[in-house]
Amino acid sequence: MAEPRKSGEAVDATPNVTEVDVVDAGSESASVAAIEAPVERGEPILQVRNLVKHFPLTQGILFKRQVGAVKAVDGISFDLYQGETLGIVGESGCGKSTVAKLLMMLETATAGEVFFKGQDITKLSGRALKAVRRNIQMVFQDPYTSLNPRMTVGDIIGETFDIHPDSAPKGERRRKVQELLDVVGLNPEYINRYPHQFSGGQRQRIGIARGLALNPEIIICDEPVSALDVSVQAQVINLMEKLQDEFNLSYIFIAHDLSIVRHISDRVGVMYLGKMAEIGTDTQIYDHPTHPYTQALLSAVPVPDPDAREGRERIILSGDVPSPANPPSGCRFRTRCWKAQDRCATDVPLLAIPERFKGSDSQAAHESACHFAEEKDVVHAA
Amino acid sequence: MTITDITADAPSPHGANENGGTLLEVRDLHVEFHTRDGVAKAVNGVNYSVAAGETLAVLGESGSGKSVTAQAIMGILDMPPGRIPQGEILFRGQDMLKMGKEERRLIRGQKIAMIFQDALSSLNPVLSVGYQLGEMFRVHQGLSKKGAKAKSIELMERVRIPAAKERVNDYPHQFSGGMRQRIMIAMALALEPDLIIADEPTTALDVTVQAQVMDLLAELQREYNMGLILITHDLGVVADVADKIAVMYAGRIVETAPVRELYKRPSHPYTRGLLDSIPRLDQKGQELYAIKGLPPNLTRIPSGCAFNPRCPVAQDVCRTDTPVLHQVTEADGAALPGRGSACHFWKETIHG
Repeated sequence: MAEPRKSGEAVDATPNVTEVDVVDAGSESASVAAIEAPVERGEPILQVRNLVKHFPLTQGILFKRQVGAVKAVDGISFDLYQGETLGIVGESGCGKSTVAKLLMMLETATAGEVFFKGQDITKLSGRALKAVRRNIQMVFQDPYTSLNPRMTVGDIIGETFDIHPDSAPKGERRRKVQELLDVVGLNPEYINRYPHQFSGGQRQRIGIARGLALNPEIIICDEPVSALDVSVQAQVINLMEKLQDEFNLSYIFIAHDLSIVRHISDRVGVMYLGKMAEIGTDTQIYDHPTHPYTQALLSAVPVPDPDAREGRERIILSGDVPSPANPPSGCRFRTRCWKAQDRCATDVPLLAIPERFKGSDSQAAHESACHFAEEKDVVHAA
Repeated sequence: MTITDITADAPSPHGANENGGTLLEVRDLHVEFHTRDGVAKAVNGVNYSVAAGETLAVLGESGSGKSVTAQAIMGILDMPPGRIPQGEILFRGQDMLKMGKEERRLIRGQKIAMIFQDALSSLNPVLSVGYQLGEMFRVHQGLSKKGAKAKSIELMERVRIPAAKERVNDYPHQFSGGMRQRIMIAMALALEPDLIIADEPTTALDVTVQAQVMDLLAELQREYNMGLILITHDLGVVADVADKIAVMYAGRIVETAPVRELYKRPSHPYTRGLLDSIPRLDQKGQELYAIKGLPPNLTRIPSGCAFNPRCPVAQDVCRTDTPVLHQVTEADGAALPGRGSACHFWKETIHG
């Protein structure tokens, strides 16, 4: 039944994201079966191809006409492998949270595909979509607003079982919630407490317990620790790493804090204005960045060590991120880039291994969307 | 309880102590809030000082009392429910807590100015930025509307806002986050104060913009030879700009040190825990060190050392005796100027 086929030009444009084995399920029940099927560790579990989300800008009150679009996500492709953590970093407004919402199917994509185990989830509906949703869960940024203040912890976590009744029999639910609380390091007796009775770090644990409740395979974490204090951040990060091993989870970890992303991620993608600028393993991105934006971003991170700082080169970008409603032509970073030349204004650089590094064993040989990709270590003191 | 201010001895890299002397000195400051759940002791005997041209970083987690101390200095604390039961805040030798309202008003803005964390909610959304900047000149210096506007444009240029002349009549929402923070800085600078208190000035900004704003702040500080109190929870930002650091926990200063020494050899278990718990950009570690437990509830601060329930080296004495800020010395007894640690076991912590 499974018939491998190419998914259009997107794959050609980015040659080294693996080809998608599209599962053509035919019927809904076959589709559900494909979603429930296990995936080997290290195999791609989620494949994103040329994903686009444009939010229309309209004018007029009665007769709305579209006058433009905010290009929040404009053609990104990446793979998530089973059991790994993919970090996505970028400045605010670069579209990283929109990607999370698209993967969760909280927004409908303007174009592009998201394959979960070979099934394009943007085209699924009914039972099959519900099965996918159960397998992709989310942990939100702000533990103060993402928990309903009028519900007890037991109700907040237990609500997931009401939506997916077959995941736990009715009589078992309370015990399951208590188990989950125990797993995330909270006292199971807190089941009847309300969110305001917990501190920020504890609330984030409740959010994680809710994400875990349905035994998902993928958890999308959108800035899960940025609202927490430093000493509590480390506790939550350690918990997330422990849970990943225990439940064999794949994470997409979205954050603006580059140090935390390096700590937790196996691979890292850097986004700028709705496009992926560079993607590679954590060593490739942090120790051998080739895209000027990644280099600037890394060099701007304040390092908590005054001595190490002296030897580092600092690249201070001028200006702000341009508006995604009217992005620059060609390379989107060119307005702030010190390397920009005429070519950057006309040709859109593709996300691919730069020509000069092709075939080399060097860590610089990873995908980078720059015409003038060049390796530069900005993290370590010279 | 008398505690000498150890921070005052810190050698100032700019030689500020010779030409300016101490600008601001906080002595044994206490602040408490009366709430329904009891008295929350937000600040419990804080001592620090800043000289002209010097940057003091006050580091702490939320609820450590760092912002409340700043508000007490500025005189913008809500009283009630706030109360200052004891302590002194000396500005150029004069206790501001004993001054009248009018006297303090003259200091606020002209001598001591403040930069707030969230520029969007600190600026008035229905007034143009030019009007808000100009207010400083109209109120304090009695300038005309026209004169104030000219001054506002000049200020906006000084904080490097492009096309200042065209943008002076724009409203706060028309500026990006980084630009808004620049306007906050411009507003604080307007009357060329002696001291600026910056409360988490870059927390809401992206790293690339954060670097721009911190650079601007440091440059302006050098230019005007101002004192700067930088309040933050980010150990990275502090390392870049501060001369000396005061680490706060549960309303007390637990450690003070010149910036380099703090990172190299912390002498308080809390500081050490904080440093160990942040992931590093330039190395990939295994598991992160995490300080166990939670910061204390300020209405029920643990007896003895407030950090004792979370401390890995706590002993019985920590639960009974409140440690004072000890002068930290080398193992052979040689003095380490400007260093202090409020830990019974500071010797073990720093010398291993």
